[in-house]
Parts: sequence; C-alpha cells; structure tokens
Amino acid sequence: MASPHSDPSSAPAAGASPFAYAPAPESRAVVDIAPSYGLFVDGEFTEAADGKVFKTIAPATEEVLSEVAQAGEEDVERAVRAARRAFEKWSALPGSARAKYLFRIARIIQERSRELAVLETLDNGKPIKETRDFDVPQAAAHFFYHAGWADKLAHAGYGPDPRPVGVAAQVIPWNFPLLMLAWKIAPALATGNTVVLKPAETTPLSALFFADVCRQAGLPKGVVNIVTGDGSTGAALVSHPDVDKVAFTGSTEVGKAIARQVAGTRKKVTLELGGKGANIVFDDAPIDQAVEGIVTGIFFNQGQVCCAGSRLLVQESVAEELIASLKRRLGTLRLGDPLDKNTDIGAINSAQQLAKIRELTGIGEAEGAERWSPECELPSSGYWFAPTLFTGVSQAHTVAQDEIFGPVLSVLTFRTPGEAVAKANNTPYGLSAGVWTEKGSRMLAVADRLRAGVVWANTFNKFDPTSPFGGYKESGYGREGGRHGLEAYLDV
Amino acid sequence: MSDSSGQGRLTVLKTYKLYVAGKFPRSESGRVYEVTDAKGRWRANAPLSSRKDARDAVVAARKAVGGWSGATAYNRGQVLYRVAEMLEGRADQFVREVADAEGLSKPKAAAVVEAAIDRWVWYAGWTDKIAQVTGGANPVAGPYFNHSAPEPTGVVAVLAPQDSSLLGLVSVVAPVVATGNTAVVVASEDRPLPALSLGEVLATSDVPGGVVNVLSGRTAEIAAPLAAHQDVNGIDLTGADAALARDLEIAAADNLKRVLRPAAGAPDWTADPGTRRMTSFLETKTVWHPTGALGVAGSSY
Amino acid sequence: MSTSTPPPLADVAASDGTLRRFLHGLPGVDPVGLEARAAALGTRSIKTTAKAYAIDLAISMIDLTTLEGADTPGKVRSLAAKALRPEPSDRATPATAAVCVYPDMAATARAALGDSGVKVASVATAFPAGRAALDVKLADVRSAVAAGADEIDMVIDRGAFLAGDYLKVYEEIRAVRAECDGQARLKVIFETGELSTYDNIRRASWLGMIAGADFIKTSTGKVGTNATPANTLLMLEAVRDFRAATGVQIGVKPAGGIRTTKDAIKYLVLVNETAGPDWLDNHWFRFGASSLLNDLLMQRQKLRTGRYSGPDYVTVD
Repeated sequence: MASPHSDPSSAPAAGASPFAYAPAPESRAVVDIAPSYGLFVDGEFTEAADGKVFKTIAPATEEVLSEVAQAGEEDVERAVRAARRAFEKWSALPGSARAKYLFRIARIIQERSRELAVLETLDNGKPIKETRDFDVPQAAAHFFYHAGWADKLAHAGYGPDPRPVGVAAQVIPWNFPLLMLAWKIAPALATGNTVVLKPAETTPLSALFFADVCRQAGLPKGVVNIVTGDGSTGAALVSHPDVDKVAFTGSTEVGKAIARQVAGTRKKVTLELGGKGANIVFDDAPIDQAVEGIVTGIFFNQGQVCCAGSRLLVQESVAEELIASLKRRLGTLRLGDPLDKNTDIGAINSAQQLAKIRELTGIGEAEGAERWSPECELPSSGYWFAPTLFTGVSQAHTVAQDEIFGPVLSVLTFRTPGEAVAKANNTPYGLSAGVWTEKGSRMLAVADRLRAGVVWANTFNKFDPTSPFGGYKESGYGREGGRHGLEAYLDV
Repeated sequence: MSDSSGQGRLTVLKTYKLYVAGKFPRSESGRVYEVTDAKGRWRANAPLSSRKDARDAVVAARKAVGGWSGATAYNRGQVLYRVAEMLEGRADQFVREVADAEGLSKPKAAAVVEAAIDRWVWYAGWTDKIAQVTGGANPVAGPYFNHSAPEPTGVVAVLAPQDSSLLGLVSVVAPVVATGNTAVVVASEDRPLPALSLGEVLATSDVPGGVVNVLSGRTAEIAAPLAAHQDVNGIDLTGADAALARDLEIAAADNLKRVLRPAAGAPDWTADPGTRRMTSFLETKTVWHPTGALGVAGSSY
Repeated sequence: MSTSTPPPLADVAASDGTLRRFLHGLPGVDPVGLEARAAALGTRSIKTTAKAYAIDLAISMIDLTTLEGADTPGKVRSLAAKALRPEPSDRATPATAAVCVYPDMAATARAALGDSGVKVASVATAFPAGRAALDVKLADVRSAVAAGADEIDMVIDRGAFLAGDYLKVYEEIRAVRAECDGQARLKVIFETGELSTYDNIRRASWLGMIAGADFIKTSTGKVGTNATPANTLLMLEAVRDFRAATGVQIGVKPAGGIRTTKDAIKYLVLVNETAGPDWLDNHWFRFGASSLLNDLLMQRQKLRTGRYSGPDYVTVD
C-alpha cells in the first residue's frame, strides 16, 4: 500500500514507486474550533443544566478537539419546548419565505465549504477528499433541493394543502455527520416543521458549526435546536411526549428500540438502519469499472456506510481474475493522515468502532475465511484498520451476515443469476445492492428481484438529493430525499 | 335461514371455514365459536383459529408472493375486477350476512355490499397506475439514469375492522393485494361471516391460492403471533383497539414490520379511500445506471 | 523488441473469426465509470519534491512534435536544438525523448540529433488519415526508416476497423512492423476520436499489441478529440493486462491536447496508479506534444527560483 508519508522519515514500502507523492495536507488554519461548546437551543448556545460535558477527539490522532455539553432530560425538555414555540410561526410562514432561508443555508454551506470539510475530517477521521468532494457539497445540495420544495408542496402529490407534522426529533450517526444533518433538517424545515437534532457523540462539531450557519442565515430562533450527548440524550429526545416525528439513522438495534418506544403513540417514524449490501459481479461485467465500484462500495468512508457493498458476490468463472485485480487495486490505496489530499483511507471513527471491526474480523478468521490485506503501515496513534478482504466466505460465515461497518469485504461466489439473487437477498437487511453486467436485460431482471431500497447497476455508492434513499426489511422504513422524502415530514 | 320447526323445507346450513392457501380448512385446533347476529341469535359456528392456523396462513401467503407480485399489474387488475364480478353475482348472500352481522336493514346492507363491490373495482383500476403515481425519474446531478418505483412489501397481516364486516374488510384487504402483497386477514371477531364467505368469492375469482388468507377467531389471539412473526413484513392494525395495537406494534418492531396504526376516530368507509392504504405497504426501490455520452467525450483535465 | 505474438495469444489472429471473437470477448467498458476513475486520479495533489520529479520525468517523455504542412528544415533543426537542450540556462534539465516529424524531415532531424540519444520519431503510413494503398504506406515507412528514424508512428486503417475488418488492420500493422523490424520501434496510432467508443479503443489496443506494436498511441492530434485522461487510462489498463497475460511490456503515448504541466502530471498519476511505476520511464511512456514543453520549463523555473516565470523566459522555437 502506498503511503502519503505523513511521517517523512518513514522508509518507503517495498516496491515503492519513484513517484512518491509528497505530503499535501489541507491547512487546519481555515477552521477555528473553540475549546468548548454548549447546546444550541432557542437560538443560543447554553451549557447543560447539570453542567456535564464530554470531549470530542480527532480519531486520526486522538487529539482532544473540544469539550461539548452533555444534554440531559432537562435540556431536551427545553429544546423541545423551544421547537414547539417556534413551530407556530415557522409553519405559518409562506413557503417562499422558508425556501429563502433554506437557499441561504445552502449558499452559506458552499461559502464555508473548506472550513466545514476540514472540521468534518478532523472530527470524523475521514479523508479530506471525501469531505471536500462529497459530504459538504452534498449537504449544500440537499438544502438547495429542499428549498425549492418549500413553496411547491401542494404539487408534491400529498394533497392540496399538506401540513407539517410539528416538532421533529432527529438522531443522526457519526459516519456522515453534516450530510446526515442535511438529510434530516432540510426536508423537515422545507415542509414547515421545527427540529431538535442530536448529532452523534463522537462527531458533534459540524452540527454545532451548522448552528452558526443558521445564525448567519437569520433563521428564526428555535426552528433548529442542536442537543449534543450520548445515547441517553437521544433516548430522552425520541421519547419526549411533545415530539411529533422521530427520524433516526443508525443501528438496527437502536432502530428497533425506537420502534418499540413509539408504539401506541401518534409519532411518525422513519428509520434508516443497517445493511449488508451485496455487490454482484457477473462474468460479462465491465471489469475495470467493477473493480473500482467494489472499492468505492466498501472502502468509501472506511466502509463505515450503512449501504456499503460489504458482500462481494462474484460469478465463479471470473472470481480468480477479479480477486487478483482487486488485490492489485487495494495495493494502490493510500492510508494515512485524513487531512492529506491524497489520502484514500482515513481513520476509523472511534476506539469502540475499531474494537468492533477487530472482533468481527477475528471471528471471520476463526471461522476459516481467508483474510488478506495489502502491505500497509498503520500510524502509531489514532484508530486505524487496514483494508481487508475475506475470501472463501459462505453465507454461513459471520462476516457474510453481520454488518461490520468497516473496511472489510467478504467475497462469495455464485454460479447462476438465480443463485446470486438468492444469496443477495438472504439477509434480514435490505438497504442496497449492486449489479455489474453489460447485459441490459440481466441488469433489469436482477435489479427487479433484489430486495433492496437502492440498486446500483454498473456503479455504486451514488447519492443525490433528488433520489429517494432507504431500506427494505430490517434496514428500516421511510425514504429520505426526492419527492418521497417529503412524506416523512407531512401530516399525510 | 328458515326455522326448522315450520312446514317449509329444511334449509342446508353452511359450515363456515377458514380460507388458507386457496383451500377451506377448519381450524387445526378443531375449535369453533358461536357467531350471532346483531340481535344475539346464533348464526353459525366459526372456526376459532389458533397460532398454528396463523402460521400456516403466513406460509401460504409467503409462497404466493413471488407469483402475485411478479404478475403483470394488468393481470392483477383483471383478477381484482373478477372479484367484483363474482361478488356482484352473490350479492344477495352478502346482503343477508351483512344485515345480520351489522344489524342493518336490507336496503342499507345492500348499499354496503354495492359499495364493497365498487371498492374492488376501484382497486382493480389502481394496480397499473400506482407505480406511475408514486414512482418516476429522478433528475440526479450526474450522468445516470435514476428511477424510483414502488414494490410490494411482501406478506401483510391485516386486522380487519371490527365493525364494518364487508365494506371495511374489502377496504383494508384490496389495497394490500392490489399492489402485489399477499395478505393474512384476521376477520372481524364478532362479525366474521362476510369475511369467510368472501374467501369463497376469492376462490372462484382467479385469485391465486395464498394471496388472501382469511382467519376467524379472537383477534388478539391470532394477531399476536402474526405481529411477532419474522416472515411477516407488514401489519395493518385497523381491527385492534388501542391497547392491543400498542402491544402488537411493539411486537412488530422485532423485524421492523411496516405498521399501519388504527385511525384516530371511527373510519368512514364510504369516503374516498385515497392512496395511503396502498402506499403503507409499498417499498420504494431506486435504481441507478450510468448513461454517459454516445462516444468518447472530449473531456480533459 | 518482440518479433511475434506472445504464446498465450499466438492463435488469436489465426483467422478473421478468431480475431473477431477475441476482440469482442474483451470485457466491456463503462464510459461513466472509466471517466470517473480518470477524474478521481486527476484530483491527486502533487507538490514539492513529487512535482519536481514529475516535471523532469514529463520533459524526458516528450516526443517534441512538429507536423505541419509548413515544416522546413530550419524549423526541424530548431526543434531538435530545443529537444536536446530545452533550458539553455540550466543544463540539469533533461532532454526530451524524441523529435517527431514527417518522413521527409526525418533525415534533417537525424542529422540535427546525431547520437545524442534523443530519438527521431517519424509519422508514416499516410499520416494522419491513413487513406492510401498498402504499398504506398509501406514505402512511406521504408523511407522514414532509411532516413534514420528510430521510431515509426503509424496510423491504423480506421475505416477497416470500423467496418469490422480487424484482420486487415492486424495484417497492415504486421506489414509495417516488418518494415521497421530491428531498426525502429513501432508506435501504433488508433485515432481514438474516430474509433468513438471505449469498447473500440480497448479492442484496438489489444489488436495493436497482438500485432506487435511497441507503443500504443491515442491520436494524431489532427482531429477534434485527441488524448483524454479516460482513453489514456483505458490504454494503460490494456498494457497492464497485456503484460500480465504475456509478460511483454508495451508503451503508451497520449498525443494531442496535453498543454500544461498540471495535465502532464495528472497523466503521470494515471501511469503510476494504473500500469504502475514500471511505466514511469520514457522507454514506456511518451507525451506527443509541442507547447507542453514550455509550460513544463516555466514550472521548473518556478520550483527552482520560487518566482513565477513568463513566456519571455523560455525559448520559442
């Protein structure tokens, strides 16, 4: 594996190219992280009622970035009340006015994109090229897209005058902190709801910076409230009786707990949960693009993606050739300093997540799957995991069933299209799938039979604000994005 | 039904049976319960379904998913229309059963049956339109064809409304199957006879066996295993009271079933049904595929 | 220099049918994915020491080209002087790989370059259209080789290729190859802009390699679409896979439209991360270019002095 040489004294790897890319770090100077942050409630930053705080660290270095308030029940109560108060006026605004606020937010995110990208890379550990080229532009695009809906809801197919639900409780994960915020807040605000959002415990900073974006946009107080904290904060938020809508992205386990918690209430719920996506490669696939798609599918964001293509299903007749190509390609991935513009693989988000990846890969080995990683020197501090392949995997292996949420690909083979579809669907999840073939009819037939909310054909991990996203089965319910995503925030 | 003590011909009573996998079994438990009319007069012994009957019905419904969801929408529309035709032909029987069950006058019961027939016609026409209304092209910012279309959720447990024994029943079952799902229907507990008779109509209407399965008995008893069943994908709680609905929703969370909660007030089954009952048990699938230029682009760095 | 088709592919060109089946059996190319990969590699940030290395490498890979109706001996001599010593004020600047001219200028170039090591490359085979009888094309090649060309840049018969007459294209390359054998390395130009699809470019690449090309080259520089990151990436995949299949290494030459240092470095990233470091040498990779050289020289001056340079500080030839 090539190394971006974050440590110039380190010896080049064996077989290293004479064309050694010099370090190309993005400057940290564009972002000014305060030593501490409060909760953003009713347009102001305030400390937690009980004064509790927690630290957020940079997973690449374990450096403490800031101290953040830990919201308790009292704080959640305050935030929900603020959102409720703001709801009346906000929902009564003409759609065109709400639209303008969202357009402003989209523009401000674009203006501050460098700052937000560096911040996100620091707090999350993902490569700057992803935050710069994906997370932040997509976040802006989501606000821009939904802004346009705010004054056109009567034409969205939900009746002549669809009404907002009320106060939305939104709990988001750490893998795409700012983008998941955008997925939640943009449609909620466009449809006239007010929100209380809880970012993930390990990645609170971009949401707190977003609070400042709201301030710059002149958003009325209480329309967006940000409460930071751990799972207990999230639980307090979704169970709050004055919440009308719960939107959660995260683990299936927590999703089920939320589904139980809201039972018997009038709370509207959407859940975007785990996955074990199958990426099916037929013998007539465009092979070089398939290799890229497999890499994008599982190593994008260190594989910490709910819709990752974590199971490669390759037709047996081309398996050997494909795996060889894949291994060669993995050898060119550059792991290291996430702020380096040439880094392909950044840090794992937390010690806890790293431990989980290690545990599951350990089980994979113990169960007899063959483990392979390219030669790869991991930095000495921070949370790192080398890109890993498991070959000789069958559906009965744990690494083919459990969501690892890390840069770990399980390779299985199949003989016929029917077998491929059966294996792909053989999971309680149903979020994403990929199919690679140059034969149009086969692509359509397979896509038709895959039980997954998103099917990428001859591509993978593509997203767009206009394109509804969400799962079948235990990957959750409801859609985010597109016309479909509005339904979650309308009283229909 | 005429009185056996009179001078007239002794009528033949019908043994009401379940409708599962296109067949008419008794409850495997051998149990029955008395069904009375609105005035408390005995009308029939209905099967008192057990957990195992529920399980068998799920197996039948699962088996039917592939064929039914894979049928063309046009074909499903014709089958549903056929149900309306068959129901029309047996309207008199249903008028009697509805009048008995709901304590309605003959004209009122007839109006209910007519509305139920018309509801099948309405949904027959929806089968090949719902995808156009709820799906479509998404103009993504890139060289990709991107298309969203609805797909049936799979096996749906339907707790039919307790009050409206036929119109309410049809109003909850038809939208589920119109979109390609298969259904395990728990009939109104006290008014199950129209539902059980509807099974006979479905059996003669080209509806493949297993697409609709009808169980009678104690709603709570049958619904509990259905709500917890890992191979059921959705549940319509219309026929459950608030306490039961809450318990079932909790059980349904184990495999994240799609849950349609009971309406807040008493539903007006004569109102325009809208599309929500269909969309509640539809998944949206979005497919991406590259498009790109016709030939090599002049793109450069 | 290989003399015949390597063993694993020896029978591929046994007949029109076998050749067609082989070429049509190559994996398809998804255009969007290919272009996305090329664009992604284009975002690599090459700075400081890496940039200095890349600039010198790029200079050393240039086939400094003049292919004009108005070419004169004087023009060719001045180009040769530039190729030998691109930066008179800094002798550490590498020479270019070659000077590329029409066959009638090959002798002039040969005389100017002598035994400097800078090669004489000559286009041939009725460049750029390639529309001439085979014996005319071969005579063209013969004259260039006789005039001292070290390298022959031939064009394939795109008409025959697009008509599906792959064997004709193959045999023509073999015939040209026979004319150069032992004396000149053969670059085979596909005119990728005219082949139009990436599937065709992949097929042409394999056809050229099987027929004995030493280099596969994108284009003549004379049509609308010349070298692009995507078609070069595709050809780099082809030479990578060909070496894996046969053990034989083939060179790649994008030509036309590469004018800036930034672009050239991105192409080198394509080489580095696709075919691999073994191709980071002017024996295996070339740029067909003219104005690129001066931009590289200006960037080189900037790295050396810390100041931005200007066109008055590089020579116009």
